[in-house]
Amino acid sequence: MTDGSMTLAPMATPEPARLRHSLFAPDKRTAARNAQEARFRFYGLVAIVIALLALVWLLFSIFSAGLPAFRQTFVEIPVTLDAAVLDKAGHGDPAEMASVTTIGYGKLIGKALAAEIEAKGIDIGAMTPKDLVGMISENAAADLRDRVLADPKLLGTTVQFTALANGRIDGYFKGRVTMESAARDNNTSPEKLMLADKLVAAGVMDMRFNPGFLVMPDASDKRPEAAGLGVAIIGSLYMMAVVLCLALPIGVAASVYLEEFAPKNRWTDLIEVNIANLAAVPSIVYGILGLSFFINFAGLPQSAPIVGGLVLTLMTLPRIIIPTRAALKAVPPSIRDAALGVGASKLQTVTHHVLPLAMPGVLTGTIIGLAQALGETAPLLLIGMVAFVRDFPGAPLSGLFDPASALPVQIYNWTQRGDPGFVERASGAIIVLLVFLIIMNTAAIILRRRYERRW
Amino acid sequence: MKDLRLERDVQTETNKIEARKVQVYYGTNHALKDVDVDILDKTVTAFIGPSGCGKSTFLRCLNRMNDTVASAKVQGAITLDGEDIYDARVDPVQLRAKIGMVFQKPNPFPKSIYDNVAYGPKIHGLTRTKAELDEVVEACLRKAALWNEVKDRLQSPGTGLSGGQQQRLCIARAIATSPEVLLMDEPCSALDPIATAQVEELIDELRSQFSVVIVTHSMQQAARVSQRTAFFHLGNLVEYGETGAIFTNPKDPRTESYITGRIG
Amino acid sequence: MSLGLLFLTVLALAALAYAIGRRRAMATVGGDLRKLHSLPTFYGWITALWVLVPVFFVAILWLFGEGFVIHNSALTHIDPADVPADSSVNLMMADVTRLAEGLSVLAAKGSDVAALEQDIDGLKIALGEAGVAMGNDPTPSMIAAAEAVRGTAAWSRIGLTVVSLALALAGFVWGYRRISPEFRARNATERVSLGLLIVASLIAVLTTVGIVFSLLANTVHFFRIYPATTFFFSATWDPKFGGGSTLGILPLVWGTLYVSAISLVVAVPIGLFSAIYLAEYASRRVRGIVKPLIEVLAGIPTIVYGLFALITVGPLLRDWIAMPMGFGNSSSTVMTAGLVMGIMIIPFVSSLSDDIINAVPQSLRDGSLGLGATPSETIRQVVIPAALPGIVGAILLAASRAIGETMIVVLGAGAAAKLSLNPFEAMTTVTVKIVSQLTGDTEFASPETLVAFALGLTLFTFTLALNVVALVIVRKYREQYE
Repeated sequence: MTDGSMTLAPMATPEPARLRHSLFAPDKRTAARNAQEARFRFYGLVAIVIALLALVWLLFSIFSAGLPAFRQTFVEIPVTLDAAVLDKAGHGDPAEMASVTTIGYGKLIGKALAAEIEAKGIDIGAMTPKDLVGMISENAAADLRDRVLADPKLLGTTVQFTALANGRIDGYFKGRVTMESAARDNNTSPEKLMLADKLVAAGVMDMRFNPGFLVMPDASDKRPEAAGLGVAIIGSLYMMAVVLCLALPIGVAASVYLEEFAPKNRWTDLIEVNIANLAAVPSIVYGILGLSFFINFAGLPQSAPIVGGLVLTLMTLPRIIIPTRAALKAVPPSIRDAALGVGASKLQTVTHHVLPLAMPGVLTGTIIGLAQALGETAPLLLIGMVAFVRDFPGAPLSGLFDPASALPVQIYNWTQRGDPGFVERASGAIIVLLVFLIIMNTAAIILRRRYERRW
Repeated sequence: MKDLRLERDVQTETNKIEARKVQVYYGTNHALKDVDVDILDKTVTAFIGPSGCGKSTFLRCLNRMNDTVASAKVQGAITLDGEDIYDARVDPVQLRAKIGMVFQKPNPFPKSIYDNVAYGPKIHGLTRTKAELDEVVEACLRKAALWNEVKDRLQSPGTGLSGGQQQRLCIARAIATSPEVLLMDEPCSALDPIATAQVEELIDELRSQFSVVIVTHSMQQAARVSQRTAFFHLGNLVEYGETGAIFTNPKDPRTESYITGRIG
Repeated sequence: MSLGLLFLTVLALAALAYAIGRRRAMATVGGDLRKLHSLPTFYGWITALWVLVPVFFVAILWLFGEGFVIHNSALTHIDPADVPADSSVNLMMADVTRLAEGLSVLAAKGSDVAALEQDIDGLKIALGEAGVAMGNDPTPSMIAAAEAVRGTAAWSRIGLTVVSLALALAGFVWGYRRISPEFRARNATERVSLGLLIVASLIAVLTTVGIVFSLLANTVHFFRIYPATTFFFSATWDPKFGGGSTLGILPLVWGTLYVSAISLVVAVPIGLFSAIYLAEYASRRVRGIVKPLIEVLAGIPTIVYGLFALITVGPLLRDWIAMPMGFGNSSSTVMTAGLVMGIMIIPFVSSLSDDIINAVPQSLRDGSLGLGATPSETIRQVVIPAALPGIVGAILLAASRAIGETMIVVLGAGAAAKLSLNPFEAMTTVTVKIVSQLTGDTEFASPETLVAFALGLTLFTFTLALNVVALVIVRKYREQYE
């Protein structure tokens, strides 16, 4: 403000003094400020674009690495189950037949493959029968053995057997293994890859959807092609069941007490601060608690879904209590007054009126808490869930105490393996995990959209 | 209050703002219909009417504050000194520097008293040196009749003042950009009677330099501080004229009902 | 009786108690409801609660105590001299547990366990056939211990069954006898229910107590066998499994802070500018789409980010930046982990900041815009200063999240404890070392394992302090504008 306009003298001719510049002619400073405004706005846009690109990049990278895990190369050959090899005693007794190890079955498969190759008139060059066996997964022999032991009548017949191809052959079709890398690789050779091409052309080998990825248990280091998520999915389901059965009732009970009954004093204030803090405690600290309390002190078994479930329950509790309390708080006091006014007790008011009205919010919070628990890895590493488990856990409740794996831990486990085939498996497992999470979050969103009330 | 003010003549007949056929829509709601008003320079013009009548909406059109409401649409012509303020060439930022605004609730920024007043001059680059800025701040605080109360604590937060002081601080802040028109949206509705009297006195003094437009739902206030009054009802400008004439001899029956307390 | 069956039996008893309690209440007044103090349902409920609640608490205590008792009963059979030099009592106990399980499997198959226990070679074969793998060959003392485990476990299970059923029946009888028209069943039910609600809310407190206690007890144990000065001030982290380790926390703290700092440098500007754009500029539609999309980043499990760091970001940074510019040739680096973690915490910064910016009253914006400020001037000079405490709180929460994050650094940052300034070098963090010291077969007497608890306590204290400060700031801020 200039001194001239500050004097209180009446202005006889106001127009010229006031019209310093027209509104239509922006001055330099305004132009500069507007440029700055545009820049600032642009920064915001850039930030959002970066965040969204990061999301897209993350998902793209995981999906492009993981989708091949759902397809697998298979070899389909007729195998003659020679009774003389598989059942030397000839009694057809599975207990005796069990003495034939997978090596015996492996040889049989090798022979069958050689015969099939010959029948198709494919030149195998200088490859030995052992090389041919190397085309097929080491797991195939075990599969065949299980099949025969389960049904001894198959002995002596010729069965159409679908075997997993070796991981390197599979990797070749997925672009992971090249002729150059195969030449440097002890586990495969360019000849095998060329033969694989011919087998595909002859229709013996093909790539198709692999349900085994979802139902088979984990496999050892050298057999990425046979590794599946069966045990991990069951372990995760068991843990989620434990979390749901414990965290939901306890969380709701705690929220109801704190929101509806607790007096407002220092003690409840402490509980409140405590819950807010527990929600932000690093998850690995819960793993330490699980290890030292549930396993070392209480003697619960390692790797068991019950321990994982308990640890995740403690971790999820505050994450259920906080939204539940918000949902209870959102129910207007008039509802409580109305119920209390007709002589309902406080508990009746809560169970008959407040809780049902708050239920959508409670369930939404619970589902989101469960989704977080499903993806949690670090605490499970400490309670031994990272162990190599091939046996499916039993039925609940005792099955909760059997060793099992869990989806996120299985992913971690696979990232620690040497064979590059496991990277694909780990990414594939993430897709499975994400599908579960998407389902859960969608359910939460639908619940919220459909039942959420605005008071 | 001093009834003398009612007798004061309007000193100038120059039109500062001319509004012609102004329509405002909020989404599909036609909030303001066909408003024609001429606002005189160096005059206090009061907009009165029952709540929801469009008086605040119209006020916010005058410095394009409605631009910040995404669903609002303004049609018609409003000119400031003959220049259409809705012209594409007009920068609302520049416009608002010329047409300052004081709001219903005192809204000092969470800064010191000094910084509150210095905010406008700083962003518009009105001063070159710290000394100049100090001078402007002092002058504006003096004009807002706040200087004596705050001169010893210019660096304390503006939010620590009392309600009336806060509103006078907001007025000081508004006049620090040396506007030509000062818009006031119910500036006293959140204040107690004593603070209201102080602000009203201030408004009367400001008239010597600015054209003041004040929205109020208090008819007494309109009568006390304004020279011209516009009565809005249901989005229409019902009557506009000399304050004395409106209050003593309303032409429209609706105005009369409102003034005698039958509607509103 | 198996646990599941026991559980179902008690539940069935409770259901029965409910029905009988209800009926008896009606019977006492000859079906005239008005003469009862409470609704018949409450008589049913209180009887059922008398059956359930005592059994529930006793069973939980029993199950936690059981493992402790079994462990000790087996321990008495193990001669410390039997423990191999390269092993430990704990590893041996793991074998004993496995052996006990194997014996139970054999017994279930109908093998003569008593005979096998005399014939160690035969036992080994039998165990092998049953698919039970042992770390070491069973010794007589291990067999004795395993038998003790099986015996104690069996007795404990029987004891639990007997005690539970007895308690359930006693509760039922007690509840049944109390039923009379004057008995205030509703008040009693509500008192018990309120008690259960209080117990539930105490679990949160117990969790904290459990965390603090398990960390503190083991940390005290650690400092008894390892000098605290070395732990806090040594710049070397070099655990050796033969003993003689140097366990200095400084390189781990440095790695943790370095990774967190990089992640904040990534996340704070992106998160803050996103929040500003969404709160102040974006149209309702854009906001409705973009905000949930950014929050998806917070819903993705950290293991996914870890794998992303491992297979995508790490190699990319190595091949395009670190190697060509000569910074190093590792793909697991501070930069990798920091960058990926930064992406992860963007939504933590943006969501909370967005809420906080929205809480700034519109009147302040109007005030500034009405003076002719541009929106960006309004944001920078009015909105952000007003929201600053809340934003600082949000950043502190994000920092605490970054410091406690585990999987991204386990997979992305590497395992080498180093004090270096080069962000393209592998370094390690507190959380990584907690994982590596506590996974696998662990022996709870060596400093190499116990150090993990000291690390955990450090981490807990640090994040707790950050959280408390952040929560207090955010709370104060919210109150200011409410």
